[in-house]
Amino acid sequence: MTVEVRIPTILRPYTQGEKTVTGAGDSLGALLADLDSRHAGLRERLVEGDQLRRFVNVYLNDEDVRFLDGLATAVADGDAVTILPAVAGG
Amino acid sequence: MIEHARRDHPDEACGIVAGPAGSDRPERFVPMANAARSPTFYEFDSMDLLRLYRDLDARDEEPVIVYHSHTATEAYPSRTDISYASEPQAHYVVVSTRECGNDEGPVELRSYRIVDGVVHEEEISLVDALPPSGAHGAPAQPIPHHPQEQLR
Repeated sequence: MTVEVRIPTILRPYTQGEKTVTGAGDSLGALLADLDSRHAGLRERLVEGDQLRRFVNVYLNDEDVRFLDGLATAVADGDAVTILPAVAGG
Repeated sequence: MIEHARRDHPDEACGIVAGPAGSDRPERFVPMANAARSPTFYEFDSMDLLRLYRDLDARDEEPVIVYHSHTATEAYPSRTDISYASEPQAHYVVVSTRECGNDEGPVELRSYRIVDGVVHEEEISLVDALPPSGAHGAPAQPIPHHPQEQLR
């Protein structure tokens, strides 16, 4: 199974500059672990403990995974994951 | 950007100016809603953010400017602004409406690069209009503008 993942500019140093990479896993957490095996350090930028970091948004297809099951969200062959840093400040 | 900031005062206003990827040319003004509706915080709504980036990708654009307003403090990035800054190629513009509020009056507008938590202020050049990307002919003449000068 393959899931396409869109990588934001600031994280492309982890993907040799690639804008999209592919990975596998039956949950978002497993997918990120799989990506980290080829793009070391990527997961650390997205996950803190067992949660997504506050300043990163991850979408499964058209939905924010915060409104699904977070890292436990099930992913399937052909899904598309989009990672976007929050645009926010004070 | 200034009109948007004045309109939304006392809440912070936010948005981007998009341009062709890699061009460093701010060409397309895209005001965004502040999902926080707050005088001390701004955040693009999560779904607005996804739609924005899909649109940018489809147009082969990127955020050239990311702007927001400060409504009670100077036009300098806050610690929160610095910690969230995640577009290394972007110019972060901060507009302060602390003096003018919703009205005409002095407003500060300053621009910064924020990379790896380090802030560098940069000079702003006001131009009448940018020529189309890739157009031949004379470039627009920038009007030197001191970044800390107050705009009216």
